[in-house]
Amino acid sequence: MAVGNSTAKTLYDKLWDSHVVHVDIDGTSLIYIDRHLVHEVTSPQAFEGLRLAGRKPWRADTIVANPDHNTPTKDWAKGIEDPISRLQVETLDTNIKETGALVYFPFKHANQGIIHVIGPEQGTTLPGMTVVCGDSHTSTHGAFGALAHGIGTSEVEHVLATQTLIAKKSKNMLVRVDGKLGAGITAKDVALAIIGKIGTAGGNGFAIEFGGEVIRALSMEGRMTVCNMAIEAGARAGIIAPDSKTAEYLNGRQYAPKGANWDKATAYWGTLNSDADAKFDSVVELKGAEIAPQVTWGTSPEQVLPIGGRVPDPANEKDATKRTSIENALKYMGLTANTPIDEIKLDKIFIGSCTNSRIEDLRAAAVVAKGKKVAGSIQLAMVVPGSGMVKRQAEEEGLDKIFLDAGFEWREPGCSMCLAMNADRLSPGERCASTSNRNFEGRQGQGGRTHLVSPAMAVAAAIAGHFVDVRSL
Amino acid sequence: MKAFTTLTGLAAPIDRANIDTDAIIPKQFLKSIKRSGFGPYLFDEWRYKDHGEPGMDCTNRPLNEDFVLNQPRYKGAQIMLARENFGCGSSREHAPWAIEDFGFRVIIAPSFADIFFGNCYKNGMLPIVASHAMVDKLFNECEANMGYSLSVDLPSQTVTLPSGETFGFEINATSKHNLLNGLDEIGLTLMHADAIKKFETKHQATQPWLFT
Repeated sequence: MAVGNSTAKTLYDKLWDSHVVHVDIDGTSLIYIDRHLVHEVTSPQAFEGLRLAGRKPWRADTIVANPDHNTPTKDWAKGIEDPISRLQVETLDTNIKETGALVYFPFKHANQGIIHVIGPEQGTTLPGMTVVCGDSHTSTHGAFGALAHGIGTSEVEHVLATQTLIAKKSKNMLVRVDGKLGAGITAKDVALAIIGKIGTAGGNGFAIEFGGEVIRALSMEGRMTVCNMAIEAGARAGIIAPDSKTAEYLNGRQYAPKGANWDKATAYWGTLNSDADAKFDSVVELKGAEIAPQVTWGTSPEQVLPIGGRVPDPANEKDATKRTSIENALKYMGLTANTPIDEIKLDKIFIGSCTNSRIEDLRAAAVVAKGKKVAGSIQLAMVVPGSGMVKRQAEEEGLDKIFLDAGFEWREPGCSMCLAMNADRLSPGERCASTSNRNFEGRQGQGGRTHLVSPAMAVAAAIAGHFVDVRSL
Repeated sequence: MKAFTTLTGLAAPIDRANIDTDAIIPKQFLKSIKRSGFGPYLFDEWRYKDHGEPGMDCTNRPLNEDFVLNQPRYKGAQIMLARENFGCGSSREHAPWAIEDFGFRVIIAPSFADIFFGNCYKNGMLPIVASHAMVDKLFNECEANMGYSLSVDLPSQTVTLPSGETFGFEINATSKHNLLNGLDEIGLTLMHADAIKKFETKHQATQPWLFT
């Protein structure tokens, strides 16, 4: 794969080339944007900029918008109690009312949810598209074979005004996960294992294509989990070539193409893969069989270990910067070097976020929770579905009952305690097993301690009160 | 956008790798619908001993005196020295807004996260990638010498140390031109409006399902 002829293209090359509007002498390009996802946190300044300059959105029919970061996950009848949060959500209402949108689900709408969950489930994320959002987890949508990545607020304004983005092409990285996953190993473990291998800066400057038998065997939900965390490996975009699973997932969804357009679209989507002799600037290989359930122990997603591991000892690290990072992380996390991961006790459990709040995640969690009880030492265990649709589906399947019977709280959809912009947060010193994507200092609340895991591992930890190998249950 | 040409200013060392945008500006401050006023909350959880909330008057908050930006010797710093993968994590542009509002115009690091790097340019800030060896040297010299100041020259793409030693840095021609002239990128892009429309027509013909 490392060598190839000059005409062979990667999937990323194809997606890029099919969206170039203009190229400057230095390679800086104008890229056409097909889908613009918008949430309340990173858009108000962009809409204001547009208004101040007297500009209108180029194509409001590409906008899919929805508040998610600030919305509460319980007591919806009370509305949004924090006045600053409420103003931000109302500002999105006003802005969308003014500009229009293809899809807008205001707070409390039956389909409202996390923007990266609702985009795909409404069929507004399609293979071959360029998808942007003022949110780094836009990489999620790459699971459909779309070129999807996060942008800043200035770029949100640029896309609103021009339908394009000024961009430099990234390099190509292939991450291939071969073979098969063992029982109990999920897409989340794959994502964390990849980040553990290449580091949080490993993908800087690259678009990552995920391939190999393990990736092909993942469901669309699993593929979204892997692409979602591409940004945690430093790559703005993660991509997976579309296949029959992709088409099957999209077929019949509200905004997916219909009739003759469906046939045309699926024929085109069939061309969206890397040529056999395409050249990648970097290739990383993992063996599926070697991936164990993963648990982060530190304050960066790359500080991750298999469940059988022990918290590292900074004394064994020769590189001074890395040693300091380990020391800082242990101090913040309140952990002692060499502690076995499965002896770490938890205070709270969070199942949700754009990484792991889809129906398949909740099913996997429910399998472990069924007939069990959350340990008495756990202060709060909550399940936050990714969208209204996910919530209804889970309730139809009786998953809510399983969670409630086990002692979990069953909440309304939203970003919730992934980043704690609403009322759901950790208190200083509290330790949480979380299915979200970032274990940064303060991410889930000032002084809060986050361990990233899969939904099944989070439930297993809730029941045991400490981390435990889900395969042993 | 604010133009950037040259700057001679005090440097401050933030000696930590993988600094994420959650650390640069914690989430509660993202509730603001404004573009300005984030400077007092830059590195809020490291800088203050109490819990910061948006709108808080920071003048009397208890300072964490160990945090480097609270040391009097770095007051007025305009050039930040940083470590690997600076600005990783969330795409929040509030991070460069906070850094710029605090007074920094230049960040020198061995590497940056991609989205953060691009966001700097959009706000008249210059992120400079330097070699690990050079960054180590800058950290050492900065910590050893009070009033350590660097001169950054965008036209010649160089940074000059107090010793007179100079190193060069890369920047693509488009970003350099826009930064030097403080240009409005949207206005520039709209000069290509015909090309965008032409592309759109062709795109619609080949993928009509994207236009329904």
